[in-house]
Amino acid sequence: MSLSRILIATALTGAVALPALAQESNPAVNARQGHMQVLALNLGVVGNMARGNTDYDPEAAQAAADNLLMMSQINQRFYWPEGTDSESIEGTRALPAIWEEGSQVMEISAELVAATEGLAAVAGDGLDAMRGALGPVGGACGACHDDYRVSN
Amino acid sequence: MKRALIVFGLVVIVGLGGGLWLTQPDIYFEDDLAGLTGDAEAGEAVFWAAGCASCHAAEDAEGEARLLLTGGQAFPSDFGTFRAPNISQDPIHGIGTWTQVEFFNAVQNGISPDGSHYYPAFPYTAYHLAERQDIADLYAFFQTLPASDVPSEPHDVGFPYSIRLAMRGWNFLNMPDGYTVSGDLTEEEERGRYLAEALAHCGECHTPRDGLGGLDRSRWLAGAPNPSGRGTIPDLRPDALGWSQGEIAAYLNDGFTPDFDAAGGHMTSVIGNMAELTEADRNAIAAYLLALPNGS
Repeated sequence: MSLSRILIATALTGAVALPALAQESNPAVNARQGHMQVLALNLGVVGNMARGNTDYDPEAAQAAADNLLMMSQINQRFYWPEGTDSESIEGTRALPAIWEEGSQVMEISAELVAATEGLAAVAGDGLDAMRGALGPVGGACGACHDDYRVSN
Repeated sequence: MKRALIVFGLVVIVGLGGGLWLTQPDIYFEDDLAGLTGDAEAGEAVFWAAGCASCHAAEDAEGEARLLLTGGQAFPSDFGTFRAPNISQDPIHGIGTWTQVEFFNAVQNGISPDGSHYYPAFPYTAYHLAERQDIADLYAFFQTLPASDVPSEPHDVGFPYSIRLAMRGWNFLNMPDGYTVSGDLTEEEERGRYLAEALAHCGECHTPRDGLGGLDRSRWLAGAPNPSGRGTIPDLRPDALGWSQGEIAAYLNDGFTPDFDAAGGHMTSVIGNMAELTEADRNAIAAYLLALPNGS
């Protein structure tokens, strides 16, 4: 292979790869994915107690539930700028349907607030109470992932 | 020349006749089911395991609404868009007048009471493997369900797939005569295999399909493109999934992955069904998945 051919190939590869790299560091996408990770971390605390993987600890359960409630109440308007859906950029599983007419994401977001309020109200009151209140939280998570996230 | 035409004609007739004879579908007759009586309470467990509501209840139905099998959900595929029909107890728009044997032929053989073929978007190829008692119980449970008078919507399927008789050849090629996973299985793994392969029809989404839409059983549960056109359906083989039995069983109950990400897509509805099963059955499905061959 000649040197010129290698140079051309390298230049072409760079031209393709660079925009993709630039897209991967979209701050809004990073922030919303970080938000989801914070939710998952705190869900893990109560979820593992509910599954019996860890002992029920009312103080830790309450702390995790309070975090979930607070996270669900954050105004997410800056997380979701137009043009950051899975059809427009790499590195996101957010479906265009989030931004389309008839999108239910705000309603589901309100469901999550109500569900985490319910969890935070009882998380320290015993394992059964906490477990019962966790179901609606999972339901709200799933409701959004059902229609608005690319499956993998 | 005339003679050649006659010979050609005979070959065509024999060929078609032979083809139709060869591909004769399995059909139940009344006598086949003599003495079989369903138990509605047992049928409810079959109903959830078989996932009827995930497709036949209204989109996003929750709670009691999952028992109203009004139809209407759309299922895109390479062959067109299929729409789940109303299978509620309504005598006109649903299946309220069906006899037990009609129900059996629909569910296990893909044949409607008027003798026409259903499309395999309806997973009768999986239900074909189910125990007769379970289908009888399911029929009994269906009798207890409410009626919906919403008319079924037509499928949006173009020629040549619009020829239902072609399903006869498709069934001949694709109707399983036994389980896909064979070999030495524990009792728990066998129970899981029954639930996963015969009732819950996991393979319909998690197994890739060939050019004619048949399941590629050599890559059983190895993951597949999402028929909606976006994303993929995960590979469930143990090396790919990497979850423990307890993690799989818990996911099927509460919908959280081991990292506490929440399930999405059609799986949220499947988990709604799986959560209605016993813990032993969820553990059995998990044991079966861990017994899957990893493949190459």
